[in-house]
Amino acid sequence: MSSAARVHGTGGTDTSPEHALAAGTAAPDFTLHSTPDQSVSLSDFRGHPVILAFYPADWSPVCSDQMALYNEILPEFRRYDAELMGISVDGVWCHRAFAEARNLHFPLLADFEPKGGVAQAYGVYRPEDGTAGRALFVIDDEGIIRWSYVSPIGVNPGADGILDALEHLQPREVAR
Amino acid sequence: MKTSPEKPRLTPPANEDDHAQGPTDAPVTLVEYGDYECPHCGRAYPIVKDVQARMGDRLRFVYRNFPLTESHPFAEHAAEAAEAAGDQGAFWPMHDTLFEHQDALDDQHLVRYAEALGLDARDVAREIEEEAHLQRIRADFMSGVRSGVNGTPTFFINRVRFDGAWDNLGAFLAALEEAAASGARTE
Repeated sequence: MSSAARVHGTGGTDTSPEHALAAGTAAPDFTLHSTPDQSVSLSDFRGHPVILAFYPADWSPVCSDQMALYNEILPEFRRYDAELMGISVDGVWCHRAFAEARNLHFPLLADFEPKGGVAQAYGVYRPEDGTAGRALFVIDDEGIIRWSYVSPIGVNPGADGILDALEHLQPREVAR
Repeated sequence: MKTSPEKPRLTPPANEDDHAQGPTDAPVTLVEYGDYECPHCGRAYPIVKDVQARMGDRLRFVYRNFPLTESHPFAEHAAEAAEAAGDQGAFWPMHDTLFEHQDALDDQHLVRYAEALGLDARDVAREIEEEAHLQRIRADFMSGVRSGVNGTPTFFINRVRFDGAWDNLGAFLAALEEAAASGARTE
């Protein structure tokens, strides 16, 4: 398979979740496959807040609840004009099957080649597991990380932190 | 970076708009965010009953709606049915019926359950059809999201999210007893 991921920008080199990129940092740009024949770049979303939800794997129970929850809350995220993307090291076909099975209405990006490259750039790769950690980033419309959070690997972080962070991106809230 | 946020607190706390069983001034309030079609909530249902029986008047139990409608196509109407039954004073009998019949939650069955409970089934059917309680159900859902609900069921004990194992009766009871003993009503 040809290189599907091109990580631009300068992410931290330390990949432990404790070194996740912090608020105030420019979000490293990236291009990843969202479907077998489509790619998404972070820079495509300039002008909108972006929520990046790194998670360890499709299909595992905690992740599924987390993605199902976010799927349900999409209308709230959209009130803030925010785009949500899930990212894991799973490949595009796995993502497609998972998204169809769970009826997900937001893109899942394949951080597949080089494996975990984007997770590494954001400082949330777990080399001991070979997966991304369970990490959330809220990025503002100018591409600056405004909030980040690394959850214990077995704990679904919910959405309250994301909504709080979006609320603090004032005056971005769009009237319903 | 925020790595260890304060534990989410239930907002708003249990109040008179909630469906509640047990005394208002009980030392422990247990709030469940649930989905009638969620199999885990179905497993939790008899455990909650057990906990209620053991704690008696020392426990107030509150149920709030958290239907994951994208995963559970019948969950929203089931919640409507319970709220509609609530309008006729029968929220809890319908709540129990739904959890005891999770494999049959289509509209026809919902109306049949209303009949079996001796309710005005036409009213219930109409309210389901009109999704008359959508606003309340959505308000429950969003209060859960903002309080840190991260799946179903999620429980709060005196406003603090319970992250332990609710399916371990001993651990669940111990957490409730501890809250009762501390007497630290946080509302």
